[in-house]
Amino acid sequence: MIVKDAVCPFCGCLCDDIEVEVEGNRVVAVTNACELGMTKFMGEKRLKNPILRVENEWKDITYDEAIRYAADMLLSAERPLLYGWSGTHGEAQCVGVHMAELIHGVIDNTSSVCHGPSILAIQEVGHPGCTLGVVKNRADLVIYWGSNPIDAHPRHLSRYTRYAEGFFLENAFRDRKVIVVDVRKTETANIADEFVQIKPGGDYAVLSALRAIVQGKTDTIPRTVAGVTREQLIRVANLCKSAKFGAVYFGLGLTMTQGKYKNIRNAIEFISELNRHTKFTISAMRGHYNVYGSNEVNTWMTGYPFGIDFSRGIAFYNPGETTAVDILARKECDAALIVGSDPAAHFPRKCLEHLAEIPVVQLDPYPNATTAFCNVQIPVAVTGIDAEGTAYRMDGVPIRTRRVLSTDYLSDEEVLSRMYALMQEEPRP
Amino acid sequence: MTELLVKNACVIDPLSGINGEVMDLAIRDGKIVEEVSDAAEVVDAHGMLTMPGGIDSHTHICGTKVNFGRYMSPEDMRAGRTPRRGAMHATSGYSVPTTYGNSYRYSVMGYTTLLEGAMAPLEARHTHEEFSYTPLQDTMANTLFDGNWGILEAIRDGDTKRVAAIIAWTLSAVKGFGVKLTNPGGTEAWQWGKNVTCIRDPVPYFEVTPAEIIRSVVEANELLHLPHSVHLHCNNLGTPGNYTCTLGSFGLIPDLNKKRQTLYATHVQFHAYGGSGWKDFCSKSEPIANFVNMRPQIVMDMGQVMFGRTTTMTADGPMEFNLYRLHHDKWSNHDVELETGSGIIPVVYRRKNLVNSIMWAIGLELALLTKSPWQCLLTTDNPNGAPFVKYPEIIALLMSKRYRDAEFATIHPDTGSRVPLPAIERELDWHEIAVMTRAGAARALGIQDLGKGHLAPGADADVAIYPLKIDEVDPSAEYQRVIDGFSRTEYTIKRGRVVARRGECLVDGSNATFWVAPKVSEAYDMGKDPDFIEKFDRYYTVRMRNYPVQDEYLTRSRCIETEADL
Ligand code: SF4
Repeated sequence: MIVKDAVCPFCGCLCDDIEVEVEGNRVVAVTNACELGMTKFMGEKRLKNPILRVENEWKDITYDEAIRYAADMLLSAERPLLYGWSGTHGEAQCVGVHMAELIHGVIDNTSSVCHGPSILAIQEVGHPGCTLGVVKNRADLVIYWGSNPIDAHPRHLSRYTRYAEGFFLENAFRDRKVIVVDVRKTETANIADEFVQIKPGGDYAVLSALRAIVQGKTDTIPRTVAGVTREQLIRVANLCKSAKFGAVYFGLGLTMTQGKYKNIRNAIEFISELNRHTKFTISAMRGHYNVYGSNEVNTWMTGYPFGIDFSRGIAFYNPGETTAVDILARKECDAALIVGSDPAAHFPRKCLEHLAEIPVVQLDPYPNATTAFCNVQIPVAVTGIDAEGTAYRMDGVPIRTRRVLSTDYLSDEEVLSRMYALMQEEPRP
Repeated sequence: MTELLVKNACVIDPLSGINGEVMDLAIRDGKIVEEVSDAAEVVDAHGMLTMPGGIDSHTHICGTKVNFGRYMSPEDMRAGRTPRRGAMHATSGYSVPTTYGNSYRYSVMGYTTLLEGAMAPLEARHTHEEFSYTPLQDTMANTLFDGNWGILEAIRDGDTKRVAAIIAWTLSAVKGFGVKLTNPGGTEAWQWGKNVTCIRDPVPYFEVTPAEIIRSVVEANELLHLPHSVHLHCNNLGTPGNYTCTLGSFGLIPDLNKKRQTLYATHVQFHAYGGSGWKDFCSKSEPIANFVNMRPQIVMDMGQVMFGRTTTMTADGPMEFNLYRLHHDKWSNHDVELETGSGIIPVVYRRKNLVNSIMWAIGLELALLTKSPWQCLLTTDNPNGAPFVKYPEIIALLMSKRYRDAEFATIHPDTGSRVPLPAIERELDWHEIAVMTRAGAARALGIQDLGKGHLAPGADADVAIYPLKIDEVDPSAEYQRVIDGFSRTEYTIKRGRVVARRGECLVDGSNATFWVAPKVSEAYDMGKDPDFIEKFDRYYTVRMRNYPVQDEYLTRSRCIETEADL
């Protein structure tokens, strides 16, 4: 059987043109996906059932037992943390928010360690953006800044930019220029028309220089700025101004380097400035296939995209205080539910030391680095492979993933709903 | 079987011709019926003002840009926070509350049906997701067609039937309710950083004018026999002198439908400006209202501005960029491929500001100068003119000359010479308010036959009971009582269940979403049209099969099928 137009649940490109060939309920071939997507569809080793750590051994338990364990753990915690969410569907994320509200917990998602700074910048200056198809059809200039799609979003270039056919471009490959700005020469830089190499930590200065040039203050620019020559800066600024439609895609190379959210703020203001001359947009390259969805869900339900603390009954938000890393580093948190992410692979050591000391339940289809920190791991269906659900592409377009296999695994939403139902039975003040 | 008897209600139900009669309302299984058994639960309304549930015919409560309004504004979220309590979830936000915040606050004001004013088809799933977290109101979404490439091309080819066919396919696919045109042509031009100034400018590349778009889409709308008319946000919003453009647009509209208007013009306050710049900016509410008074085919909503903080959000991207250049606070923009766009910025309307003061006056003037309340509905284009929680104040302003004068004394001193408001004596009565907030909205949206906006047997039992005894309150003098009364119902009943009581929401509602599926002949089924399919595959970034909104997204789906002339 061939499933057409399946949706790849790996990166923020959320490609929805995948063909999956299934034989005997196993994926045997995948067309259109990139290497990363293909690996995801072909599957990894999955747990058969929930497991509980007893001493230093894993013991098999039933779903009912695992769900009861998690509910009790969360109910008896004083400062529970519900973290992750970027690797699951929106329906499950909604249950997570209700749960956090009920138990006065903290709910946070992985953007607090990736594009959190972008969100902070947007909260200060806004966001001139667009859907990916606008760029595909119109953009004659694309800038990748601190992002490397060839490695992280392999089909971004072919579906939306460099190699994508565009309605308003006769010969898209020839008519569209690509600029890469980065601290090192990446794979993506190799296919760019112009590569701007910045000294590490120099993004803010380079953005300021470009802004100044666009504002006509070229004579204020020194001979080099963070390793970039004045000539190149002027050339890039002119390319931007003379583009009919320009698009900037930035990644962690801009959000997580020196300056952090100030970099993004400067970049957004540079784009706002360019809009006085031509049309320009800017967007974040979101990593996980549904990290943006978790920001969306949190926002319509609580008002904030991440790091929401319900300990006072109301939704309270203060990144740096109410975000997972901070709560763990301060050793505040006394129980953690991890859904659809692998914090052990990304969090600072100090946080992991605390995670090792408190009860942790993880919902994930696969064992990963966080498994070692868990008391219980509950295997679940993979959205987009054996479960359906909503995911938001990096540009905010929601797509419903398809189910290509049928398995007995419960979906995240089912497991969480059952947990939530148990928790609601407890009397509340 | 559940039964409810509302006793001693002082009913105003304009669509049924009831005006202030004290009577009982019998409800069974969510519908109004002739009578109920003795076992029915009883709610004693004690002679209080009882009307059909409120209907907001144009608000922004759910979807991509609304949520982005929240996302970019933690300061707004902090401005309105309530904890989880009883059946109520925690809420945040003032001008763009969370979905629960919207739903509870509307319910407490007696509103039971909401029309989201602008949904980009490509992102429709998002709107429907949020609808399912808006538990106390029925919802529906106007769908944006202003920059739709298929439609622009069909208009260029002079093929109105194809325009209709594309609308039909899209509405069914995205489960939309009505056709929205926002700055027609201007949102497409904005994707090149440009705009159109009024109805005669050609749209770049497509070479059609806004006038052609409006006329053709209005005709197509009637070919499809949609319940609602075209919902138009005119070109050139917010610019001094734009009233001529508005009149020009209104002048394009023939009278094509016996049951309802042919054009719904939205937030007309923003389109009724005189002057040649901000220096001689003034009100042109009179020519606009006079024009509407002579054209039964046009219904408008006020788009009332009220002083204070809010967030503006619209599919009119270029207008928001211009406004950003004036205010310079923060600006978001989101263009949607092949379809439309949007922009968001926060604003503060100030009493001390002359332009803002004139804007405040114009909205009220439109309502007071339009003779028939059926032709001017009460909205703020929430949250653009003001958050909807300001409705009770607007009602009081319309009912009391004294209140208007008191407010007028606090605004910019030069306003008097620029607006006709001080000379307007009219005070609206309870019946007129009932028309402007429910009956008129139901008729304009074409949902009265679906049991909305009235309380005749067979209607949905959506009822608002306000703690106001209309023979004891003189709205002309006691305007504070009017404000208080409309701010908090004694009971809000949704589909036969009491969902809110004196400010507390008690249960989740059984909310439904209304959408339209026009039936067209095989030849006009765009799902089978090779050219449509080919263009879709080439230029959209989602596959055609993944575009339609699946049934899973509608908690309770109320599909309206129409027989199209295609
Ligand atoms: S680019 Fe991303 S979404 Fe597309 S196939 Fe590769 S991993 Fe999947």
